[in-house]
Amino acid sequence: MSFNVISGSIEQGLAFAIMALGVYFTSRVLNFPDLTVDGSFPLGAAVTAALITRGCTPWFATLMALGAGLLAGAATGLLNTKLRISGMLAGILTMTGLYSVNLRVMGRSNLPLLRQPTILTRLADHIGSDLRVALIAFIVIGLAAKFFLDWFLHTELGLAVRATGDNPQMIRSQGVDTDSVKVLGLSMANALVALSGSLVAQHQGFADVGMGIGTIVIGLASVIIGEVFFRPRTVFWATASVLFGSVLYRVTVFLALRMGFAPTDLKIVTSALVVLALSAPVLKENLVLPAVQGVRSLAGKREAVRTSVKDGRPL
Amino acid sequence: MLRMAGLYKTFNLGINSVCALKNINLHVKPQDFITIIGSNGAGKSTLLSIAAGVYPPDEGTIHIGGTDVTRLPEHLRASFVGRVFQNPLQGTAGSMTIEENLALAECRSKGRTLGIGVNRKKRERYKELLSLLGLGLEDRLSDPVGLLSGGQRQSLTLIMASMGQPKLLLLDEHTASLDPRTAEQVLELTQTIVREHRLTVLMVTHNLSHALEMGNRTIMLDKGEIILDICEPERGELTVDDLLGRFAQARGERLLDDRLLLASR
Repeated sequence: MSFNVISGSIEQGLAFAIMALGVYFTSRVLNFPDLTVDGSFPLGAAVTAALITRGCTPWFATLMALGAGLLAGAATGLLNTKLRISGMLAGILTMTGLYSVNLRVMGRSNLPLLRQPTILTRLADHIGSDLRVALIAFIVIGLAAKFFLDWFLHTELGLAVRATGDNPQMIRSQGVDTDSVKVLGLSMANALVALSGSLVAQHQGFADVGMGIGTIVIGLASVIIGEVFFRPRTVFWATASVLFGSVLYRVTVFLALRMGFAPTDLKIVTSALVVLALSAPVLKENLVLPAVQGVRSLAGKREAVRTSVKDGRPL
Repeated sequence: MLRMAGLYKTFNLGINSVCALKNINLHVKPQDFITIIGSNGAGKSTLLSIAAGVYPPDEGTIHIGGTDVTRLPEHLRASFVGRVFQNPLQGTAGSMTIEENLALAECRSKGRTLGIGVNRKKRERYKELLSLLGLGLEDRLSDPVGLLSGGQRQSLTLIMASMGQPKLLLLDEHTASLDPRTAEQVLELTQTIVREHRLTVLMVTHNLSHALEMGNRTIMLDKGEIILDICEPERGELTVDDLLGRFAQARGERLLDDRLLLASR
């Protein structure tokens, strides 16, 4: 398995990691079950593909994707805070609506970007195409997104966002309008998700209306895998573990494909992976530890039998 | 400092309606320290919540420091109001560090920017602030608040509530869930902070002797009405038994199964 083969998964992992950072933001910081993600991810891809094929520069198209995600997140936030629709349902409503929006934006269900300029081809023109441009670009963008979140969540405003997820009643009594904070947080998170969708589309060379299905699970998988490995206690390590989790997830998927799973099996592999990561503590407690103890006590019994037989005592 | 006029509040309008406050008129002078007593359901917490802006009154007006705040929602009123809750978990963000919680409180009166929340200068200030407590918290600035005990959390919440010179400090049975010794310490701290910052305080308590020992004025609520309002120096002559008598008068024999009786023994 050469580096070339696996670097494809690492690139993908880093591109998806930006989406996973968005999922981390909503699920862990804001404590909001945001399902908008499944719609805002392909939204970013759709906006980028539509603009590039209409002749816009790739940079502008990427920026617009970010803006579109911002609006999608704001829509969910407003549904939840102004119309008092439950968080989960608000996200589902936005996600469902976005499916039609994405089809409108693209004009068809699949929009290829082959032979079109993307930020990756532009970078290749600048720095030479013999390097792994996508890998370098996604490392830089992924780290930039991580450090941006690290910075933001330590500002005075960012502390208020974190407190809103932790103890809304407390932070209201400290003068923060938790409704506005939620809208702000959801907007920022979905902007990241759409940016990720835009990068993925430019990397794989097409946008597809179905590419968002299961995005939230992939995002959660990345967050949870990262947590299992790093057990982060600070924002800095939490975001780092999300990046790591996303890459590890892609590598796992790559290995699953190698083991003979069909690409259509990937969703159930993903679900199984999340179940495994989520249940790791329970499994450890209920299966691994008793097994170890069982072996020990069995060994103890055997020892007892042996000594009693040796001593000629009845059992 | 605080002026409540003709306040009414009813919950669950309709068949099961509960009249929580009935025609409350209360004028709190600057640096008044008022203790509020009354049995369960008398409207004590409702009174504090309305002062804090958690919900608006059905009728009546509220002025804080001359400003009409009747319709001002909680988060906009917070710059005038510091608050400590009964549950120690309620006043702080458990997953965030001590210094981050202090920074959250410090921004209450001055608003929030994109400046870094905790820097070295603030950290020095927080260290000094916490060293007054004598709980050793000044050396644990970057520990999550979730690791602290109830008494420590409540002390921290008190410090946070008093930051930025609030016009009004609301204490809602803030020692009720602490063990007696810790409760005494937190009450002592309360006195010190109130004296130092010259705060105006409303304190709900179930402990009648505390109610008479602390502050300069005591009001008793019953079924949403103020049935006793007594200031120093007259209050000095009042005993816990007198208060119990007033309760008995107001409530009849129902007093016997009241939590108040237990609290005063």
